[in-house]
Amino acid sequence: MTGAVASPERDLDITPELVHEHGLSPAEYERILAILGRAPTLAELGVFSAMWSEHCGYKNSRPLLRTLPTHGDAVVQGPGENAGVIDVGEGWGVAFKIESHNHPSAVEPYQGAATGSGGILRDVFTMGARPIALFDSLRFGTLDSPRARYLLDGVVRGVGDYGNCVGVPTVGGETVFDPAYEKNPLVNVMCVGVVPLERLIRGEARGVGNPVMAVGARTGRDGIHGATFASGELDEESADSRPQVQVGDPFTEKLLLEASLELIGRDLLVGIQDMGAAGLTSSATEMAARSGSGIDIDVALVPVREEGMTPYEILLSESQERMLLVARPECEEAVREVLERWDLQAATIGKVTDDGVFRVREDGRVVAEIPVDPLVNECPTYTREGVEDPEIGRLREMDLSAHRTFGCDADVDAALRTLLDAPTIASKRWIHEQYDTSVQTNTLAGPGADAAVLRLPAGKRALAATTDGNGRYTYLEPRTGGRIAVAEAARNVACAGARPLAITNCLNFGSPLRPAVYHQLAEAVAGMGEACRALGTPVTGGNVSLYNETGGQPVYPTPVVGMLGVLEDRDLRIGSSFREPGDVIVVLGATRDEIGGSEYLAAVGGLVAGPPPALDLDEARRLVELLVAVGEVGVARSAHDCADGGLAIALAECAIGAHGGPLGLEADLDHAPRVGEPAAAALWFGETQSRVVVSCAPGRVDQLMTLAGAHEVPAARIGRVAGPRGTYEVHGGGHRVRVDVEELGRIYESALPRRMREEAGLTA
Amino acid sequence: MKFGIVRFPGSNCDADVVRAVTEGLGEEATYLWHKSHDLGDVDVVVLPGGFSYGDYLRAGAIARFSPIMREVVAFARAGGLTLGICNGFQVLCEARLLPGALVRNRSLRFRCVEVGVRVENAATPFSRAYREGERLSIPIAHGEGQFVADSGTLDRLEAERRVVFRYVDGSGEPTDAANPNGSARNIAGIINEAGNVLGLMPHPERVSLGYLGNTDGLGVFASLARSVGGGDRPHRRGAETVGVGS
Repeated sequence: MTGAVASPERDLDITPELVHEHGLSPAEYERILAILGRAPTLAELGVFSAMWSEHCGYKNSRPLLRTLPTHGDAVVQGPGENAGVIDVGEGWGVAFKIESHNHPSAVEPYQGAATGSGGILRDVFTMGARPIALFDSLRFGTLDSPRARYLLDGVVRGVGDYGNCVGVPTVGGETVFDPAYEKNPLVNVMCVGVVPLERLIRGEARGVGNPVMAVGARTGRDGIHGATFASGELDEESADSRPQVQVGDPFTEKLLLEASLELIGRDLLVGIQDMGAAGLTSSATEMAARSGSGIDIDVALVPVREEGMTPYEILLSESQERMLLVARPECEEAVREVLERWDLQAATIGKVTDDGVFRVREDGRVVAEIPVDPLVNECPTYTREGVEDPEIGRLREMDLSAHRTFGCDADVDAALRTLLDAPTIASKRWIHEQYDTSVQTNTLAGPGADAAVLRLPAGKRALAATTDGNGRYTYLEPRTGGRIAVAEAARNVACAGARPLAITNCLNFGSPLRPAVYHQLAEAVAGMGEACRALGTPVTGGNVSLYNETGGQPVYPTPVVGMLGVLEDRDLRIGSSFREPGDVIVVLGATRDEIGGSEYLAAVGGLVAGPPPALDLDEARRLVELLVAVGEVGVARSAHDCADGGLAIALAECAIGAHGGPLGLEADLDHAPRVGEPAAAALWFGETQSRVVVSCAPGRVDQLMTLAGAHEVPAARIGRVAGPRGTYEVHGGGHRVRVDVEELGRIYESALPRRMREEAGLTA
Repeated sequence: MKFGIVRFPGSNCDADVVRAVTEGLGEEATYLWHKSHDLGDVDVVVLPGGFSYGDYLRAGAIARFSPIMREVVAFARAGGLTLGICNGFQVLCEARLLPGALVRNRSLRFRCVEVGVRVENAATPFSRAYREGERLSIPIAHGEGQFVADSGTLDRLEAERRVVFRYVDGSGEPTDAANPNGSARNIAGIINEAGNVLGLMPHPERVSLGYLGNTDGLGVFASLARSVGGGDRPHRRGAETVGVGS
């Protein structure tokens, strides 16, 4: 390579229109001029545009994200890396991260979801971790719309085909249906991987002269400016953005995964990073920024898929299944040998420098020369004024008294059936049977459980993990929604008997330029921070997806939390469903008079209104502590979080999904712990937080009650588990429902296949 | 004894088979790289599940042309015990070591679920650790697992007791509802004429370890170990056929 050139030649005039098309404001452009001391080249403008997009630069969210707790005993790697890492003992770490692929999935659901899975897998294995599980957190419109069905079908196939082929099981997640997501679905995928801590590697570019290598698929014209695309709102023309949606190749991903782990295992690398959003640009500059170094590359050396690609295109392509490596000195040949063994392309495209500059050449001629630090770390950030939309205040205060009681028993029975048939609550078997859930033989509890439980490589410990988030709550009261996303995830992990340790988060919101949306974002992040602090579960990283709106209509503000916890003894894990006839059913946590924001109010009353259930952080913490203690002594035979649909649905789920086939139950909700006098609807279907349905052997009820008392968690026995193929017999609030559990099971299981036009029970 | 587990670039159940054999059974296992021309001293060859070469064309269609498959075919034709699981079954059919073919599931969807499997013939080197008629619970995980063959072939398979595993319901009956992929006659696994090559779609290696709470699949590997160790394995025409070739 030739020596440094003073400054790249100007290739064309940078007009205000061009700046605007690149999503940069005039003030941001002024800043670029100041950083460079001259006008940028087109390639440089593209680089700034991508790095200063919301997706890469977090320009509207960074000041808010800074308020989140990121430190804790278990945290080995916090935000800012490819993925967060926690210490799970015995010398092992768990790397994990969640990411959104909402915009691509709205335009092309199959490839959008597939490449989302691919990206998050690479973020985890570039830490040196072997991915052991995927989780998908999905939001769609209601399934009576053909478009929502098309999106669900495509996304599920995309998530499935990718993970299935790479050989990483998809073991959990959530799928929520609401008209708010009709035009803008949310597709968030979390990946979890295990790494011996001494093998942990980061995305760094150290050591002057070390070779920088592009590995994997060739670079094509696909996905150019995907990061900028993902940072704008969807409109009628978004379908024309299909060329910005990349195409996934899970087979190449599998090769990259194995080759990367081999390279890292043999200590041949200084650093490695996925060429994800903003491709070569973000990987090269972020790696240099972390190490305070510079990178000098020549785009003519990058293997390309098409003739005549410009530096601009090569720098910004988001072609999938590509990685950037910095090899150790003298290791370049060994790296090549490994890659060749895996039939992967590798090209040395440049070297690490010490001048702190990202220098890009084309056949030696400099086409871009940008100081790394301001490019990566000085993305302009904005703290905006947030103002609540007054309409939401009115919704929250709406009089719900007409929905608080039932006319007769038949109304309760009908509501129970309606809720079990509501796709958000109903069985997701139709989805998760399309995912390989058992490959790698680590799955101790898979989809359908409150949290997935996975074997860890050494010792008796196991990992519990889940994703949670409630857009409706967050819409009605963002701070509470943020708190609940964290608290519910912690509760789910604790229901398996595991101690919650840390989270990754994905913030799916509308345009932050709207004061009403910015208010939601700021409040939800504040709520998450409060809950993370109260529960001792710091944030180790995540992703922000803004501009989720169409035609000026934002989606529900939807913070999604991915939570990890550790179980000391995998054999003491607690299942979600009833196990033994004759067991006693105990409710932990008190029911309040709350129906606002509930699935009941939405599905039966057709209303999204009222305040969402309150979340007392201290109560949430005590319940989690209690569940961990319950797990340690093995006193519970099942524990199931009481969430969407309230106690009545939680009980039905425990009975329908019972170990070895449906079991009946008898319960009296009037015996459940309560605060004040909850109305009948609140007692049956209200979604008061921090409640769990537990079953335990009759001889151990006293022990359970004593533990609950010691943790200051209200607890009461409300009934017992009955025999196989029994009835669901529940009293409460002056009403009584008696129905065959198998009948409830049929409703619960057929809801999705029926809407997807496939018969339930059609097994082939 | 030693199991050799073939590793195609897209194999993803290879490590699971190794774990089942070593941790579940306490036997030795070694990987056989797809570019290799040498099976070494293995007693049994396993073609594991996965997506051998991406399988974008047709499952197993490219794998049959890989270097290692020349050796596997020679090994199998010489009487060597060869087991194909899921993608491995597809490869064995493509390589014409087993009759019939595996096409897309009747539902046209990938499906992963634990299914009932009945042992139809416990007198093979792959099933001798089971009782005849025993019902096992083993997961499937495939998009192309519908076994098809012409009726003459199917009749012959049945007559020669070469259907070794069949999909059945909770009471052990091969009903249509218990058929997870539309396979002809609920066939889950078959053996070749010589009785030394078996392919099955369910994944026995995923239910071979105690901590998973189900070890129904371990019998497949235990059967093989007994067949090799017991000295009554089918005749194998000497090791000289192994490792010969380009």
